[in-house]
Amino acid sequence: MNASLKIAPAPVHDEAEDFASLYEAAQKVYPQRVSGFFRRLKWIILVLALGVYYLLPFVRWHRGANEPSQAVLVDFGHRRFYFFFIELWPQEVYFFTGLLILAALTLFLMNAVAGRVWCGYLCPQTVWTDLFLAVERWIEGDRRERMRKDSSPMTLRRAGEKAAKHAIWLLIAWWTGGAWVLYFADAPTLVAQLAAFQAPFVAYAAIGVLTATTYALAGHLREQVCLYMCPWPRIQAALTDENALNVTYRVDRGEPRNSMKKAALLRQASEKSGDCIDCLQCVAVCPTGVDIRDGANLGCIQCGLCIDACDAVMKKIGRAPRLIAYDTDINIKRRQAGLAPIYRLIRPRTVLYAALIALIGAVMLYALLGRDYFGIAVIHDRNPLYVRTASGAIRNAYAVRLTNKKSETERFRLAVSGVPGASMEIFGGERDSSGADVIEVGPDKTQEVRVLVSTAIAQPSGSIPVSFVARTEDGVAEVAADHFWSP
Amino acid sequence: MTDGTEHQHKVDPYTGKATTGHEWDGIAELNTPLPRWWLWSFYATIAWAFLYWIAYPAWPLISGATDGVLGWHSRAAIAQDVADLVSLRDPMNAKLAASSLKDIENTPELFSFARAEGAAAFANNCAPCHGAGGQGSKGYPNLNAGRWLWGGTLEQIQATITHGARWDADPETHSSLMPSFGRDNMLKPDEIVAAANYVRSLSGLPTDPDANLAKGKQVFADNCAACHGPEGKGNLELGAPNLTTKVWLYGSDRAAIINRINNGGGGVMPAWGAKLSPVTIKALAVYVHSLGGGQ
Repeated sequence: MNASLKIAPAPVHDEAEDFASLYEAAQKVYPQRVSGFFRRLKWIILVLALGVYYLLPFVRWHRGANEPSQAVLVDFGHRRFYFFFIELWPQEVYFFTGLLILAALTLFLMNAVAGRVWCGYLCPQTVWTDLFLAVERWIEGDRRERMRKDSSPMTLRRAGEKAAKHAIWLLIAWWTGGAWVLYFADAPTLVAQLAAFQAPFVAYAAIGVLTATTYALAGHLREQVCLYMCPWPRIQAALTDENALNVTYRVDRGEPRNSMKKAALLRQASEKSGDCIDCLQCVAVCPTGVDIRDGANLGCIQCGLCIDACDAVMKKIGRAPRLIAYDTDINIKRRQAGLAPIYRLIRPRTVLYAALIALIGAVMLYALLGRDYFGIAVIHDRNPLYVRTASGAIRNAYAVRLTNKKSETERFRLAVSGVPGASMEIFGGERDSSGADVIEVGPDKTQEVRVLVSTAIAQPSGSIPVSFVARTEDGVAEVAADHFWSP
Repeated sequence: MTDGTEHQHKVDPYTGKATTGHEWDGIAELNTPLPRWWLWSFYATIAWAFLYWIAYPAWPLISGATDGVLGWHSRAAIAQDVADLVSLRDPMNAKLAASSLKDIENTPELFSFARAEGAAAFANNCAPCHGAGGQGSKGYPNLNAGRWLWGGTLEQIQATITHGARWDADPETHSSLMPSFGRDNMLKPDEIVAAANYVRSLSGLPTDPDANLAKGKQVFADNCAACHGPEGKGNLELGAPNLTTKVWLYGSDRAAIINRINNGGGGVMPAWGAKLSPVTIKALAVYVHSLGGGQ
């Protein structure tokens, strides 16, 4: 370093600010047992949701001899999706698109009405975490006991408890993965195969992956998923408005917080004291460890368990329930101003979401009910585009594919129109007793035939439109358009 | 890991971090070690490479490469895949072998299989001459058009594919050849021109204004009718084309026809019976027949 160079003294620098860690270590949350309306509601939803998930693959639905009899089945091998009375082919994948749009709009509507209903009651992360927490409480005890045990030295008994808890978690996780693969094959058959170690490798791999993710997400990551991994809290915050009902601490009633004794004294002296006695029960029961009294919060999944906890306390101390309740900031301000609260369920956004849901649902239903059982698709031969035959006629060749979505064999007759003087020859069909061409398509199958169309009458150079009509014996007609090329 | 080095190297006064000890014009580099997870992932990939070299063929040698202990070989894997495919198709191929060509064409299940197999074999073996869609080109017959040199029934197509045309190695090949009437001085130039005009008139094409059609007809009757028939309808036994259609193998203009009469000869097609299996040839026959020209 050049000694003659004068170096200015370093400016005063807040090192802590410059090098503060951007990493926030996770604080372990020990949710406490709670009972009440919302807890009961959550149990009911949990039982229903998991019941549907675990048992649905075993529900049978008779479709006839040629088709699987599983009510809900994603059959990748045969490229079919079965849902009770609905059977979808790959080309009808737009029904899934519609379903996803409906799901998104329903999520938005729920949010417009009552905030994060999805997060609090229905999200798989919430449901499975609830189940895993119940197991944890059952084996290791409630909040205080778990906190005490975690800070005490490891004993043999403690190790046993931990082993039991993780074993049950893994068992649930394994069952979760196991139920998943049953949606992709005949469930009873696959269960037998799995038990005999004869199932396809991909089934075991899928079970393994889902066991690992369930165990990790519901057992270990829990609220971290909601805080850091899930995009919905961010989107939800941008979508919500001031009229949406959210789990809210009613500041107007609760503040100023005081101990019971102090509050009693203050009230005796006719001074104001809030209903909140700062017992922290709302924080103790929270599965994500937030303090609802801090107001709207990204970490709050709005499961309502703090409402239950607070109501129990209010009952004990003889104050009115619902100090924490589904409410809005507007109403807090109105009450503070001495006005009656307002609940505006019908607003432009709820109406719009509901209307869109109804519209898309109606379109999908219409499409589903009016769906054709048969189909025809035509591809013109690429090379040669046309052939001049020995007699001088012009001939074009097409591949015509007929689709039969019914569970019985269907017989089609093919006709062509649009080309003057056209005659048609079919390869790959059959002839009936009168010598006419008949194309037989098996149940739930497609059949391709080669069709040659010739005409001896000179056509304009280039192409003219031509249409093919396939008729079933019951007279149902399917039409496809293509072109007839001439030199 | 950095504890030892932090004491050896200078500590940067601004950040409180150790430097690497390297200094350029008074600028020192902060020692920022790689994250532990990254480093161990890197070591793991090196270990993986060693294991890979042992398990799989890896190092190139003069002739070949080191054999992996697993014994895996890409060529063997492909051979296995091909064998699996062949065994997958075996039941259907057995049905093809047992059925007549007519039955194959009239049974939708067999027909679609034969067409698929025939299309693949056609693309591999026939398309270079006959074109991707069998449309042919000058000197290479169009298989769609319905004008055949050696016959367009299923059996005739099968025979032509099996034995070829003018393919000396096959004793059953179609061997007849058109003479070189001009080159070998069998016809005089004016006779050839007259015959060419007459041939054009057979399929309704315009003739020269000064054409002597009577002379042409006489020349044709004396020299050509033996093979092409008195009315020019051709002869499938001899591979003599029907001259009354709209399809011309070497072109229909005056010069092209004169050239043919002058030089004669005919195209050559290999005998595929020596190369393709009988079942493949059956599939090819069905495919070619269904292109549209079949009889």
